[in-house]
Amino acid sequence: MSNKIAVQIDDLTVAYNYKPVLWDIDLTIPEGVLMAIVGPNGAGKSTLIKSILNIIKPIAGSIQIYGKPYHKQRSLVAYVPQKGSVDWDFPTTALDVVTMGTYGSLGWIKRPGQKEKKASLEALEKVGMLAFKNRQISQLSGGQQQRIFLARALVQNAAIYFMDEPFQGVDATTEKAIINILKELRKSGKTVIVVHHDLQTVPEYFDWVTFLNVKKIATGPVKDIFNDDNLTKTYGINYKVSVQQ
Amino acid sequence: MSSAQIEIQLIASLVAIACAIPGTFLVLRKMALITDAISHSILPGIVIGFFITHDLSSPLLIILAAASGVLTVVLVEFIQKTGLVKEDTAIGLVFPALFSIGIILIAQNANDVHLDVDAVLLGELAFAPFDRLYIRGTDVGPKSLWIIGCIVVITLGLLFTFFKELKISTFDTGLAAALGLSPVIMHYGLMTVASITTVGAFDAVGAILVIALMIAPAATAYLLTNDLKKMLRLAVFFGVSSAIIGYWVAHTLDTSISGSMTTVLGLIFLFVYLFAPNKGLFSVLYRQKQQRIEVSLLTFLLHLGNHKEEDERHVKHLNEHINWQKVQSKSVLDLALKNNMITIDNDIVSLTKKGKKFTTKAIDYIISNKNSEIETMKDRFFLFRG
Repeated sequence: MSNKIAVQIDDLTVAYNYKPVLWDIDLTIPEGVLMAIVGPNGAGKSTLIKSILNIIKPIAGSIQIYGKPYHKQRSLVAYVPQKGSVDWDFPTTALDVVTMGTYGSLGWIKRPGQKEKKASLEALEKVGMLAFKNRQISQLSGGQQQRIFLARALVQNAAIYFMDEPFQGVDATTEKAIINILKELRKSGKTVIVVHHDLQTVPEYFDWVTFLNVKKIATGPVKDIFNDDNLTKTYGINYKVSVQQ
Repeated sequence: MSSAQIEIQLIASLVAIACAIPGTFLVLRKMALITDAISHSILPGIVIGFFITHDLSSPLLIILAAASGVLTVVLVEFIQKTGLVKEDTAIGLVFPALFSIGIILIAQNANDVHLDVDAVLLGELAFAPFDRLYIRGTDVGPKSLWIIGCIVVITLGLLFTFFKELKISTFDTGLAAALGLSPVIMHYGLMTVASITTVGAFDAVGAILVIALMIAPAATAYLLTNDLKKMLRLAVFFGVSSAIIGYWVAHTLDTSISGSMTTVLGLIFLFVYLFAPNKGLFSVLYRQKQQRIEVSLLTFLLHLGNHKEEDERHVKHLNEHINWQKVQSKSVLDLALKNNMITIDNDIVSLTKKGKKFTTKAIDYIISNKNSEIETMKDRFFLFRG
């Protein structure tokens, strides 16, 4: 972790149909952390990520990526949406989905060429899916689909990675494989931000955590703030999690 | 073939191409119903354009019609966003409203001109060669040929230019937005193209049948391929073939051209739906039957492996022990024998070495979901394919 700030959010409020789902969020994410966003259903975790990526327009507040607004820093950011947000029956192959990660750096109209194909194949290899490159995406298991999504983010070669529930519906082996790749990303100085559901694994997987429930409850290093007090504040019930350091 | 016949087939084919391309993306976006809405609600645009220009093939008419097509989409989305009704209800509210405005405008003002409800709904391809385009007095062909030709060229141009953007915004809107490849522009661009195509095709096939030309070729192609580019090519192929076959069916039976085209489209879809290699009905049924037999076989082998005692392995008792119908146990027994996985000695069934090995491997695979060892078995057993 360096002293640089990767993401700076000030006074962010987001509403759907005038009903706030995120209320006055201030959040500073330092460079080089592997951070979990935790909170109950409807806490606004996905909305927070989508607002940072400018997919949803906030009604107030500002978001800066390395000191500049998102639309100037797109090339620094990679995004893994929820697996369920796309139609896996779409007529395309694993390799093609990964290649979509290069579309951002290509910009409008330009087609992916040999360079993009090579990068996509390397990303597939990193997630252990090279053998499936020509497989139609509906023929992949849930875990394999998630690996493809991860490969698509890797090919973007970004500085900050946002992932929306990457462990949803994957088996234990895939979960380990994914978390190892995320830890590697952090080791190489990248910032990784993950919407996460399984509170038991937070201390094992992450070094930074943000508690969210419409408002920000707390943010900081896991070892300092991942405690029953914050969990109870976030989830509203008396929460006991044995925190292993 | 007379030149009029060639011209009609050419127009029909171009209409089919122009419809198949946006149709493919609409099917993939699960927006097939919106073409129904657009094809109806462009009517007020056409009528108003016609009152201004008194020319059914004027460019202004196309622009106004396309605008009312896009207006439909905007209205549907607006109503949907209120959260009070779902998308299908919103579509059902918007297009009849716009369509009825068009109908009233026609009934009020256009009784004495060539624009009646029948022509709007069904079109008439047979008349297309009579309305000709003259440039400095020279006959250069039917007007509708030129209009639909231009639309095809523009559609193909846009498709080749923005293929990547269309693909990503159709597959993953969120990522497209995050990458700055504005899915909103793609969405409304596609809606505009669909509206313009509908207007161009509408003269030839009418407002109702244009829906079939957009949806059926794409839906047919979807059953046959897992590749977007191939799907587009197949959709165009099916559209054009049914346009030409449909024309000759109409010619032979002396009936409506657009009706015949659509019927041919429907028949092609039915044929592919039944016989497509992977997604077709028969292939799915066959696969399910095979899988059922294979699961039974495995259960049977496992039972044999688990029981040393002879009465558990007696041919006559197998039915009771595994609780199967006679027919099923007979076919499973035959399959196992044929594959040399069991031997029957004095009505007592025993696993062979091969049978034992297969059972262990198969169970291992099902439990661990590992792929390396099983690859060879995949070719022979459906059970192990995805």
